Amino acid sequence: MPVMAVLTFTDMGIWCPAGDFFIDPWRPVDRALITHGHADHARSGHGRYLATETAAPVMRHRLGDISLSTLPYGEVLRIGDAQVSFHPAGHVPGSAQIRVEVGGEVWVVSGDYKLHHDPLSEPFEPLRCHAFISECTFGLPVFRWTDPAEVMSSITDWWAANRAEGRFSVIGAYAFGKAQRLLAGVGPIGPILTHGAVEATNRVMRDQGLPLPVTVQVTPDLDLKAHAGALVIAPPSALGGPWIRRFGPASTGFASGWMALRGVRRRRAADRGFVISDHADWQGLNEAIRATGAEKIFVTHGYTSVFRRWLAEQGYDAEVVATEYEGEALEAPEVIE
Amino acid sequence: MKRFAALFTALDRTTRTNAKVAALAAYFREAPEEDRLWTMALLSGRRPRRAVSATQLRLWAAERARIPLWLFEEAYPVVGDLAETIALVLPPPAHETDAPLSYWTRLLLDIAAAPEPARKEAILTAWDQLDETERFLFNKLVTGGFRIGVSQKLMTRALAEATGQDEAVLAHRLMGDWAPQTTTFAALVMANDPSANLSRPYPFCLAHAVEGDPAALGPEEEWLAEWKWDGIRAQIIRRGGEHYLWSRGEELMTDRFPEFAALRDFLPDGTVIDGEVLAWGQDSPLPFAALQKRIGRKTVPKKLLAEAPAMMLAYDLLEWEGEDIRMQPFCERRRLLEGALASLPPALPLRPSPLVEITDWQALAERRTEARTELAEGLMLKRRSAPYHAGRKRGDWWKWKLDPLTIDAVMVYAQAGHGRRATLYTDFTFAVWDGPDLVPFTKAYSGLTDAEFNKITNWVRRNTLERFGPVRRVNPELVFEIAFEGIQESTRHKSGVALRFPRMVRWRLDKPASEANTLADLKEMLAAYG
Ligand SMILES: [Zn+2]
Ligand SMILES: [Zn+2]
Repeated sequence: MPVMAVLTFTDMGIWCPAGDFFIDPWRPVDRALITHGHADHARSGHGRYLATETAAPVMRHRLGDISLSTLPYGEVLRIGDAQVSFHPAGHVPGSAQIRVEVGGEVWVVSGDYKLHHDPLSEPFEPLRCHAFISECTFGLPVFRWTDPAEVMSSITDWWAANRAEGRFSVIGAYAFGKAQRLLAGVGPIGPILTHGAVEATNRVMRDQGLPLPVTVQVTPDLDLKAHAGALVIAPPSALGGPWIRRFGPASTGFASGWMALRGVRRRRAADRGFVISDHADWQGLNEAIRATGAEKIFVTHGYTSVFRRWLAEQGYDAEVVATEYEGEALEAPEVIE
Repeated sequence: MKRFAALFTALDRTTRTNAKVAALAAYFREAPEEDRLWTMALLSGRRPRRAVSATQLRLWAAERARIPLWLFEEAYPVVGDLAETIALVLPPPAHETDAPLSYWTRLLLDIAAAPEPARKEAILTAWDQLDETERFLFNKLVTGGFRIGVSQKLMTRALAEATGQDEAVLAHRLMGDWAPQTTTFAALVMANDPSANLSRPYPFCLAHAVEGDPAALGPEEEWLAEWKWDGIRAQIIRRGGEHYLWSRGEELMTDRFPEFAALRDFLPDGTVIDGEVLAWGQDSPLPFAALQKRIGRKTVPKKLLAEAPAMMLAYDLLEWEGEDIRMQPFCERRRLLEGALASLPPALPLRPSPLVEITDWQALAERRTEARTELAEGLMLKRRSAPYHAGRKRGDWWKWKLDPLTIDAVMVYAQAGHGRRATLYTDFTFAVWDGPDLVPFTKAYSGLTDAEFNKITNWVRRNTLERFGPVRRVNPELVFEIAFEGIQESTRHKSGVALRFPRMVRWRLDKPASEANTLADLKEMLAAYG
């Protein structure tokens, strides 16, 4: 049976003809359903926005005064002839897969997702569907994440060793998502210092009730001596700039899925690379796709052509879709995402 | 293997020399002797005889990981390293063991002659007993190319620290052709037997580049100058009735250059000469391309011997009448060298590299500009009173290379880098104008900062015209200044020229593509310097 196009791919974004709305569009549209607040998925300039309740505060913080309505996870909303619902994607707090049903035909847009545990994000929910639109940022079999609990304890070990030498431990992590996942993951190891960009997101997330440990924002008049040996969380770009100099001979680390590759670890010239990603690894992608039961798979960003061929060999009807999503950028171009 | 893996991780995590030396020294104190010996071997580029081909490794790894070979091949360039790619795709080990490093090297030696099914079984079993880092290292034992930012010098320093032996003495002992299978740690490192290895070369003395004005080096009378030739730096050793030719890369090249065998009848036993091997024409070097034909050839056909005969221009005398004279002043060694070579028949392929007269720094600077016509890379400045140091030491030897040739060219193709640059476009093809057309003439992939590569990568994504696998044809808009050391005629390139050591020196944001250089400009350089 030919699959009816519940969603189509336009040069403005993913469009639903039955409901006349877009999902994560990259050009300004009237009505946008947003999977999560990262800059490549939630852009400014749309007429109306719809997102999950948990995603809303960060989106407002990032995009300012937008016309945004929210929908709790799992609740079905009718838009035109389409039934729409949001389901946890496990990527960042509030992130969703968007399920669209038209005339019994179900398509799911994954946005970004991961299957590994994260203390703050709602765990990924497998959804049955006819067509699944999946990211594949890490769609190569060399990407296999270690247990995040193990990574967290190697971060605390690293911090403890540096503290014993009186050195700061400065770790580069995305200001929205990764930074908070680290905060929640390392637990209450005594005041943690944060870059302003990370702290701005922390404030938003604390206000919405997410459990984050105590942090102290680094400001020009902060007494660093009083915090010697602290863990410092900053956006990756801050590690390459003058900002970090105030910490003296600090030990530096990066938290990213790309740190699985020795070559990338070495190029970043940080002392340590911690392999921790908010995207699915190779096993995760395959497991998630299998669980959908979908026959039709569209791959959006990442190693798309390779992953498509792999899926095709596994018997899926797989296609590459050109989008403007970016995956886990290694060189975060902007401080706030 | 866990101890060796921990050493590797410690070395890989730091760029600080002291931390590396400390980690290595601790290892050299504590590890089993056989493991120490193997570690020294690996860090100096020695490895067990290859038991398995790279092709077999890939096939078996893909099979074990239950992925098709094409998928493995797609992942490989992203990782940039075969040993690492294999370590990453394999499923986690079923039951880890902690056999020492020497267990695994011995295993590889043992299976080298076994039939293929037995070798495969051994490799798969090994993979299933090692964690990710250990697997990576095990694969490196098989494939070679063990580069972890530890120079021979650094290793020697750590070994000296751990054993209390003199560093220079150790450096000398570790030269030449020893193998862990045929010696022991005690014999190689601790024993003091000068006749232990007659073929052993001395550690090469290396130079730093002159920075700024050479007048800062002091009075001219304290210095000697000579051409810096563009060949293979080597030592000729005449000991125990034999002769040996070693490259600076510690490769024994005796059989590749049979013309030096005749020296046996004329050089006295107990002689070691440092010099440059060149392909030689009538009375001057041939372009490097001629020598290139002989590099990598184990046996040399007669025709090639006639086309590109080898000559050594001697720089220095390190051993004379069986005595190590490296601590004597350079001017004295040079005098002895000239004396030693004066009586050789002129047909022999060995003569002193001529000195370049220094009247004053100004005049020498002018003379340096003629290096390209002499087919040299520039000048070497050596302090008359200096000993022959082991390795690269500041102060007594300076290389004063020519400024490179440069040309402004348009980027036409871009390709992602490997390994540490897998996520960036770093390998570019450049073209110059030929009338209205752009003719590609060279590739280059180094010389820019990471920040610049980031910017260019973003630009490439937005300006792709066509894709051919990993290569993108891009809008011909960006102009770069390309520097290179030499230019040769080439029938293999459409442009008709081939460059030596091309690299980017500057992104010419100030120049539109229309102002890039032309093929005629390149041809002019070819006529002048080719
Ligand atoms: Zn995202
Ligand atoms: Zn994304």
